[in-house]
Amino acid sequence: MNDPVPRLSLGPVLYLWSRETLLDFYARIADTPVEIVYLGETVCAKRRSLTSGDWLVLAHRLREAGKQVLLSTLTLLEAGSELGGLRRLCEQQDFPVEANDMAAVYYLAGVRPFVTGPAVNIYNARTLAVLARLGLQRWVLPLELSRDTLADLQAGRPAGVETEVFVYGRLPLAWSARCFTARAHGLPKDACLFRCMDYPDGLLLSTREDAPFLVLNGIQTQSARTMNLLGELDALRRLRVDVLRISPQFTGTAEVIELFHACLHGRRSVAGAQAELAGLMPLGPCDGYWNGGAGMECRQPAGAPERVP
Amino acid sequence: MKLVCPAGNLPALKAAVDQGADAVYIGFRDDTNARHFAGLNFDERRAADGITYAHACGTQVYAALNTYPQPAGWARWQAAVDRAAALGVDALIVADIGVMDYAVQRWPDLHLHLSVQGSATSEAAISFYHEHFNIRRAVLPRVLSIGQVRQVAANSPVPVEVFGFGSLCVMVEGRCLLSSYVTGRSPNTYGACSPASAVQWQETDAGLETRLNGVLIDRYAADEPSGYPTLCKGRFRVSGNTCYAIEEPTSLNTLALLPELQDMGVEAIKLEGRQRSPAYVDRVTRVWRAALDACRRDPKHYRPQDSWLAELAQVAEGSQTTLGAYHRPWQ
Repeated sequence: MNDPVPRLSLGPVLYLWSRETLLDFYARIADTPVEIVYLGETVCAKRRSLTSGDWLVLAHRLREAGKQVLLSTLTLLEAGSELGGLRRLCEQQDFPVEANDMAAVYYLAGVRPFVTGPAVNIYNARTLAVLARLGLQRWVLPLELSRDTLADLQAGRPAGVETEVFVYGRLPLAWSARCFTARAHGLPKDACLFRCMDYPDGLLLSTREDAPFLVLNGIQTQSARTMNLLGELDALRRLRVDVLRISPQFTGTAEVIELFHACLHGRRSVAGAQAELAGLMPLGPCDGYWNGGAGMECRQPAGAPERVP
Repeated sequence: MKLVCPAGNLPALKAAVDQGADAVYIGFRDDTNARHFAGLNFDERRAADGITYAHACGTQVYAALNTYPQPAGWARWQAAVDRAAALGVDALIVADIGVMDYAVQRWPDLHLHLSVQGSATSEAAISFYHEHFNIRRAVLPRVLSIGQVRQVAANSPVPVEVFGFGSLCVMVEGRCLLSSYVTGRSPNTYGACSPASAVQWQETDAGLETRLNGVLIDRYAADEPSGYPTLCKGRFRVSGNTCYAIEEPTSLNTLALLPELQDMGVEAIKLEGRQRSPAYVDRVTRVWRAALDACRRDPKHYRPQDSWLAELAQVAEGSQTTLGAYHRPWQ
């Protein structure tokens, strides 16, 4: 295959981890083969394990370790004070910014190149073209879009714009004004006691017949299953996807990165790596969105023949 | 404040006009709008009849084109923009940047309103759409508290519209993928949440079960009223407790907030419910017209009348109402 090998990125940590946990985590990440690291709090403005200054120190440290570092913005903005912080983040010159909301795009458009995260809705070529004119450098495919839509978008992709796909992790599916973790504890959001700190991979929500369904992560709701496109590496490469995003989980993130990297560079067979990866997922895989179906579906137990779409 | 009312068909549109709506919003019969339900919405002829009827009474008509086209379906959205412009609607309610870009290029005089599906919760996000696509109004997602609405309304470059009554989205609109995670279809991609095609009802020994593509959303005992399985309004288990973990089946009702909304300069109040009957539209429009008029006449002494609340309670989802995110403790 002549298509270039995609680079690996690590998405922002979506959960509330302690300062020590975060610093240990990124110290470990520095030694992994991930090339791009997105840093910052993207879910809840109340979370302050690290200050914006701490994030910058961490960003410099990872850059010294050879990583390309981007700072990620909050996804749902509510209070005016959050807008001020967002503006400062967009105006700093040290690191490029991943915009997760149109407010961030507003501050960055026409001023400096920017990247959009998965919650910025780029569903068609015309949207991609508009944002490219405004300085879009890389975009993350929205999570609910399929391989076929990606192929269409890649066919009309503006020159100089890179494409990133979320290939591994629990899917961030929704944001709300309400904090569901606090609600589960009978607490209002304004007095949440940071209970989400107790759930470093989110708080499981199951159906009344005890089927794991979703995961509550403060104001964000995620899939209980872990999106896994390890079996699609060849397809992603053929589609000339530039960057593959792995979303952090509390344990095993470095191992996940190693497995994807080894498969991308032909040091491991995908079938063998799938078995190992299955042991790292909290509650099993899904890949339905990629195949144009319901996101929770999972087509491929390792080694199963691929169905023609 | 202007009263913006829903219409899923011509009788509903006429009911809204007759009861004093300042504007009625409609959609076409496909996935270009966020109420893409069987048997609902307007073909070209019905839309033309509706617009003629509304304009004769001085009522505006907006067309909702507020879903997100993918390349394979793009032509449908482009055709819908052209159709709405040719019909002479007073505004397009849009969410997708590509659709906005097409609309301003092709129909520069057509007014654009930013849909709630555009997820703009700050003056900066609204400014993006204002500067690049000259939007004339922004509909705010149902996630802001009343204090936050005041702040956005004060700083936004264009007037804002807020939801007053109807089904309550707990998640930020335009960014909720829960429905496609379960069924493959979401408001963004298909114009429907928890689509009827994925719903199963089944009597079991444990009670009446409602499922969405096989996922158990709720189970009702014989003496419990059952509801449509909108997936964020089911009962689930968290840490051993079975409860409405995300939201109760309830409707938003902001009648009590009208003086405040008026004071902060909110331009329009939107009522939800294009999927509801003409009788619903007739009733909610009548109540809200009376409330808005009373609030305009004498905001200091305005109080929601018991008869209004009783009327609205009869058509509310789950027969209960909430102030939702406007009221901080809800969050």
